[in-house]
Amino acid sequence: MKGRISNGYFPSLGKKADVLFNEGRIVDIIDPGKDEGSWKTTLDASGKWVIPGCIDMHVHLREPGFEWKETILSGVTAAIAGGFTTVCSMPNTNPVNDSAEVTQYILDQARKADLARVFPIGSISIGLKGKELSPLMELKKAGCCAFSDDGEPVWDSKLMRKALEYAKDSLFCLHEEDVRLSDKAPMNESPRSFSMGLVGQPTIAEEVMIARDIEIARYTGGRIHICHVSTARGALLVERAKQDGINVTAEVTPHHLLLTEEMVEGYNTNAKMAPPLRSKEDTFALQKALSSGVIDVVASDHAPHERDRKDCEFNEAAFGILGLQTTIPLMLELLSTGVLTEKRFVEVLSTRASEILRRPEVGSFNKGAYADITVLDPNSEWKFTEDKIKSLSFNSPFIGRTLKGKVTDVFVGGEKK
Amino acid sequence: MMTGCTLSNLLGIRYTSKEKFLEILHNSTQFVEVNQRAIKKVPSLRGRSIINLFLEPSTRTRVSFELAGKRLSADTINISGSESSTKKGETLLDTVKTIAAMAPDAVVIRSSASGAPEFLAERTDNISIINAGDGLNEHPTQALLDCLSIKERLGKLEGLKVAIVGDVYHSRVARSNVMAHRLLGNEVRLVGPETLVPSKLISADLLRPITTDNPGRLTVHSCLEEGLSGVDVVMVLRMQLERQSNFFVPSLEEYSKEYGISEKVISKYCPDAVVLHPGPINRGVEISSELAYGSRSLIARQVELGVAVRMAVLFTLLAGGHEG
Repeated sequence: MKGRISNGYFPSLGKKADVLFNEGRIVDIIDPGKDEGSWKTTLDASGKWVIPGCIDMHVHLREPGFEWKETILSGVTAAIAGGFTTVCSMPNTNPVNDSAEVTQYILDQARKADLARVFPIGSISIGLKGKELSPLMELKKAGCCAFSDDGEPVWDSKLMRKALEYAKDSLFCLHEEDVRLSDKAPMNESPRSFSMGLVGQPTIAEEVMIARDIEIARYTGGRIHICHVSTARGALLVERAKQDGINVTAEVTPHHLLLTEEMVEGYNTNAKMAPPLRSKEDTFALQKALSSGVIDVVASDHAPHERDRKDCEFNEAAFGILGLQTTIPLMLELLSTGVLTEKRFVEVLSTRASEILRRPEVGSFNKGAYADITVLDPNSEWKFTEDKIKSLSFNSPFIGRTLKGKVTDVFVGGEKK
Repeated sequence: MMTGCTLSNLLGIRYTSKEKFLEILHNSTQFVEVNQRAIKKVPSLRGRSIINLFLEPSTRTRVSFELAGKRLSADTINISGSESSTKKGETLLDTVKTIAAMAPDAVVIRSSASGAPEFLAERTDNISIINAGDGLNEHPTQALLDCLSIKERLGKLEGLKVAIVGDVYHSRVARSNVMAHRLLGNEVRLVGPETLVPSKLISADLLRPITTDNPGRLTVHSCLEEGLSGVDVVMVLRMQLERQSNFFVPSLEEYSKEYGISEKVISKYCPDAVVLHPGPINRGVEISSELAYGSRSLIARQVELGVAVRMAVLFTLLAGGHEG
């Protein structure tokens, strides 16, 4: 079936254009109004932005095992509402995604949902326990796009090394946390944590692990992706590693770009996540790193938790917040403050993730790529309230915030979702 | 945003105004007198009910609060960690809802979670929430009774230099006392090794009561001599026996040698000082026996005055501060 989105603005090109697609694939990007005869307009995108379908490299869809927090269906519903056509789902489900059966189950549920594409991420170690390697070849063949023990670090340096060697061409997404240093503490270590009577995670808990993994990647030639960088020095380590030609990429979350640990005041459990919110200086450094390309992409670390896990003592509360529906508007905030250019906006949300994942068929307007397209109104203002949330959970510190930029139409494989 | 210390809560010294603080101390002196009578009971809170919710083991503070409530003729009910439903998987939210439904006049809460009293206060109406110690955060009635002990001995509470020595990192007693003395305009010195008194994490800007624009001076010292020289008050903190397992100190022996407070240390650096300890003491670790039971020690008096201070807190919050 042929489709045409007309008169939209393409921030990656810096001009208006029409995108043509057929049989679920991109056919061409052409000047607006051209070749009108054979390709009828299916969506008039006047006044809107048209970008390649966005990719979130880091989400928790909670299924199988935690279906009261989120299901694959509710997760991809939130993804589409938020403008994401592809999401990479972390393996810390129950059972953990450490076998082809679980990968297959996730893919089946995603196919049934028929909304956003789900690229499962397999675990590096069996059960995320850090003791034995998961069957990496089996997982890859079953459809895993990368490996991660996210939620937990790979504390055993030998296991990390062997994993990078064994699956040398695979992508390893690494949760960097030395748990002896972090104590899994509920917030950033700082004068604020001290004065609130909370144990904190020092920035070095993250940085020493980034440094370690960069050195292991240097030695093995493995391909690593640093998850949710949250500190200035973490970004600096990535920058130096890139200068040295190491195979390292990195992501940052919207909350680490925009929020600081001050948000924890009043023991606000919606400001509790791992890594924790850091200082203002860290947010500035992360914005700069994202702007310059040191940090490659934005990923939401969408982490739904039921109310009971947040409506409790700060120490007891679960780590993590929702992200799928707020990420694009928050990146538009960074665009309006000059941190991101229009071109960079598209890269961090879409095209760069396609390169990192080595999946040229998604997040791209190249001929032959899937017709995954996100259309948004960059000027529409709206308030993020609970009734707008498509997830099964409501844990977001952005509830109540007025957001600028609304996703209006999302196409996956040429079909409007 | 924060409910803080409204007229009816005592969540922390951080939120308490100087007027309120002094009012509670003032009221305490009346109850000191009551506690000296043969019949130590007054009808001030007759008909009022108080729930003592102790989610963490505690003997002294719980008994002190219970006695305080009973001597004011309030009906007091104790719920302690081992009896309460929290062990059966009930969450604090469930406990709060259950308690709120019973509509007591006050809940005294002790919890290992910093911020638990705030949690309670935000989710209840018309119940006075009194913090009896939350995690590493605050223990406001301890600071009040410490101040009362100091005032009784020194005759004043202002213009003092106060040294707090030892495991400040893990001490809610220290945090509340820092707030209290800064509220009163006193100079506070925190003394101990960097692991227990982390200068990186101690900010005079953040570790202060929000109710005053002129908090007393706050300094950090790893040198005992520097920290103690010329002070009027030395507060010695309890050294938890398990601290060496997380490398806070190499051993209790070494800690004791370097930072243990004895009569010798005091007479050398601050010969006029009085000594306090929140108890229970580890004799020979953070404090020597002769000092703990010597003439400059206020330790026994602290325990006695604890009941009067807690009576004053309950009375001030529940009876509106006017003797009834």
